[in-house]
Amino acid sequence: MSETRLMKGNEAIGEAAIIAGCRYYFGYPITPQTELMEYMAKRMPQIEGVFLQAESEIAAINMVYGAAGAGARVMTSSSSPGISLKAEGISYCAGAELPCVIVNIMRGGPGLGSIQPAQADYFQATKGGGHGDYRNIVLAPNSVQEMADLTMLSFELADKYRNPVMLLGDGALGQMMEPVNLEEKPLVSQEKPWAANGLGERTKPNVINSLYLKPEQLEAHNIHLQNKYQKIIKQECRWEEFSVEDAELIVVAYGITSRIARSAVEMAKRDGLKVGLFRPISLWPFPSERLLTLAKQTRAFLVAELSAGQMIEDVRLATRQMKPVHFYGRMGGMMPSSREIYNQVNLIVREKKEAVK
Amino acid sequence: MNSKLYARPESLTDAPFHYCPGCQHGIVHRIIAEVIDELGVRKQTIGVAPVGCSVLAYDYFNFDIVQASHGRAPAVATGVKRVCPDSTVFTYQGDGDLASIGCAEVVHAAARGERITTIFINNAIYGMTGGQMAPTTLVDQVTTTSPYGRNVNQVGTPLCISEMLSTIKGARFIARVAVNNPSNMAKAKAAIKKAFQLQNNGEGFCLVEVLSTCPTNWGMTPVEAVKWLETNMIPQYPLGVFKDAGGE
Repeated sequence: MSETRLMKGNEAIGEAAIIAGCRYYFGYPITPQTELMEYMAKRMPQIEGVFLQAESEIAAINMVYGAAGAGARVMTSSSSPGISLKAEGISYCAGAELPCVIVNIMRGGPGLGSIQPAQADYFQATKGGGHGDYRNIVLAPNSVQEMADLTMLSFELADKYRNPVMLLGDGALGQMMEPVNLEEKPLVSQEKPWAANGLGERTKPNVINSLYLKPEQLEAHNIHLQNKYQKIIKQECRWEEFSVEDAELIVVAYGITSRIARSAVEMAKRDGLKVGLFRPISLWPFPSERLLTLAKQTRAFLVAELSAGQMIEDVRLATRQMKPVHFYGRMGGMMPSSREIYNQVNLIVREKKEAVK
Repeated sequence: MNSKLYARPESLTDAPFHYCPGCQHGIVHRIIAEVIDELGVRKQTIGVAPVGCSVLAYDYFNFDIVQASHGRAPAVATGVKRVCPDSTVFTYQGDGDLASIGCAEVVHAAARGERITTIFINNAIYGMTGGQMAPTTLVDQVTTTSPYGRNVNQVGTPLCISEMLSTIKGARFIARVAVNNPSNMAKAKAAIKKAFQLQNNGEGFCLVEVLSTCPTNWGMTPVEAVKWLETNMIPQYPLGVFKDAGGE
């Protein structure tokens, strides 16, 4: 059964999580993600799920840790400063290999920042955020429909790899309303023989833990994790591209910025410029291989972000500095117009032509 | 005819405890294991291990364990219990863990009337990190971070957790016990058993505070430590039942 509804991005995440079999939600209010929490408060009791408003973000992520450890599909959500508070718990979830979904609807920072959309948590989301060598799978939707679809995918990937998955949106996506098609999907088996949910018929106790006091054991555990991350890199890179085949300049943008960039690219194409768009959907694993291939056939890249420049580092690494990587970013909750990005595109393409002459 | 009168509880593994000589974690572990055996709930019990000396509880208890980060055991136990409402879920926490960094988590678990049992080991000092001052450290007590004795003008007075939590409506049963002699051990076992029974009856938050020794970090022999506990700790932290909501 499928149904098209007009929903806020935050609400679409909530309903999609329920369709994906999530029956446990623990959270703490923070703008601009609070509608998701309020949605869960309303919906969970209707389906005999558990909604609990924790006393802090720290408690919420630790409730997630307990529920995931007991084998449930579980979610928490927050916005930038709240995710910083959850960082310790996320590291523990990664260390104990607990599948869980963490939603970050980003706002401006650092510190208390603002409540406007931003993409300045890219480093925190993709490079760790908490302590230790670990990775979250990070998915970045760019529409309300994708917020729903990628939420469902997040639960699947979390269980498949026993790993935290972060859905990384921003205040604009969280607050905007768009039609969304919510399709009921049969649930994939959620058997978790490792879960600490009482011995029952088992003879050996299950232990959820991230402590390995012997260095040999901790190194072995880390090697195991790194091998898992390599498998995820091979299997779970996701991206979308538009008009990159003969592009002389490729704009790289994710999330809400990719939609503004797409308009800019279309404007440039109407003016006869050879421009394309590359949108990473998985920010970790980052689709580096595809970008490297594109680096061989294009002349330059323009990275557009709502930050001082964070994803640009991954673009530079991926393309091995074979071609110039330009940057355009706004900060603090400022949203660029497509005209602003178009102007940057225009400037770079014409400069290149000058250089060739 | 020979018959076995006293045996290792099934809820304990045969791993030897790593605890220091004279430390009472072993006694409390054994009491918990006996209680779980007697209640017949081993196969449905999930323990939440803390950060601190008893972080390795999962090596000793013969049932499922979730290890929690520092102070967060009541939040972790909340997650576990909400997923497994028919299970017996308990946290095992020291004073640094529960009274300091995890104070908010235990207060709010109590306020929610969370159906979990908390065993709170109070030895007035941080054990695993080597004897620093805890919120429960006594006035004038010397620790590595209060080398001139705990000065109330600078760091305040000892925190009385059982008294504090007993003011919270959601708390069902709050008691303070000690394991300094066989008689008190029997009382401790009775309180711990009651705290588990009430949980299994679907009643709210139960906490048993156990006054305990730390000879190593107190710089005493095990015998001196027990005497110090009796002379100094019990007057500051009187034993007894602080709240039994059934009796109100």
